[in-house]
Amino acid sequence: MLIGRKLGMSRIFKDTGERVPISVIKASPVFVLDKRTEEKDGYNAYVLGFEEKKEKRVKKPVFGLSKKIGAPPVSVIREFRVDDLSEFEIGSKVPVSILKEGELVNVTGWSKGRGFQGVVKRWGFKGGPASHGSRFHRQPGSAGAGTFPGRVIKGKKFPGRMGNERITIKNVRVVKVDEEKGLIALKGGIPGARGNIVLIRKRESK
Amino acid sequence: MDNIKMMEENYIRDNIPDFSPGDLVRVITKETRGDKTRLHRFEGRVISKRGSGTGKTFTVRKIAQGVGVEKIFPVNSPIIDSIKVLKKGKVRRAKLYYLRKKEGKAARIKEKK
Repeated sequence: MLIGRKLGMSRIFKDTGERVPISVIKASPVFVLDKRTEEKDGYNAYVLGFEEKKEKRVKKPVFGLSKKIGAPPVSVIREFRVDDLSEFEIGSKVPVSILKEGELVNVTGWSKGRGFQGVVKRWGFKGGPASHGSRFHRQPGSAGAGTFPGRVIKGKKFPGRMGNERITIKNVRVVKVDEEKGLIALKGGIPGARGNIVLIRKRESK
Repeated sequence: MDNIKMMEENYIRDNIPDFSPGDLVRVITKETRGDKTRLHRFEGRVISKRGSGTGKTFTVRKIAQGVGVEKIFPVNSPIIDSIKVLKKGKVRRAKLYYLRKKEGKAARIKEKK
């Protein structure tokens, strides 16, 4: 479990000359701010904070919390549900080296907003022929049958707002981990624009 | 952006000579098949260089058996064994795509002294 900021994409080489596309994420410093426990809160979770922030720029509750545990104030706070709470202590740092190169992780982020999109881009509808006078190009076609059922069924795919939603990509390979600089390279793309917050979870080993 | 450069840093090769579009170069590439490594040679004019960091590539054009052949190489790829500049070319633009439409004498490039 780590919080990071997507910096952008690049590519690196394998020894064979094969090029591997990577997303570079800055995931340091991450601090354990608090723990949620079964007895007190009904569930087990770590409360992690990411990115140091100036004292005068944080809200007072965050400042108070950081004072209490002796960690610097942070700008991003997220909870991570876990089974085992013994791995990290409150106030300690979560190093990027908890991820190993070659390991698979799940990555959560908010996808880029695409605005109001038609049915071809949003749902992958085929659309009609471009020419030969078909007069049917990118329209959704029929919304359903006639008198029976006499309504449009729920969940029918229509044009509308696309993107800007929370998306988790599973089984993303960790290509490189640079502990010193707090950088992680994941294979391929991850949700969101540059500068977005992403959450990295270890894949549940089941 | 600087952090991305840091990630690429280890993959940037420093043993690649300086060359520019118009130059006649010899590119030796390695091909590993099983446990055998073979070297391939490709000789021709550099007609374009583009990109930055690990994404930097260059295009080499030559006439092989009367047919124009172009190969695009990533500059920092480990498959490149060596690049040798045979002749410096004197050209006035960065992309020499006009050579594709020229043949024989018209496709000559003056050598830079």
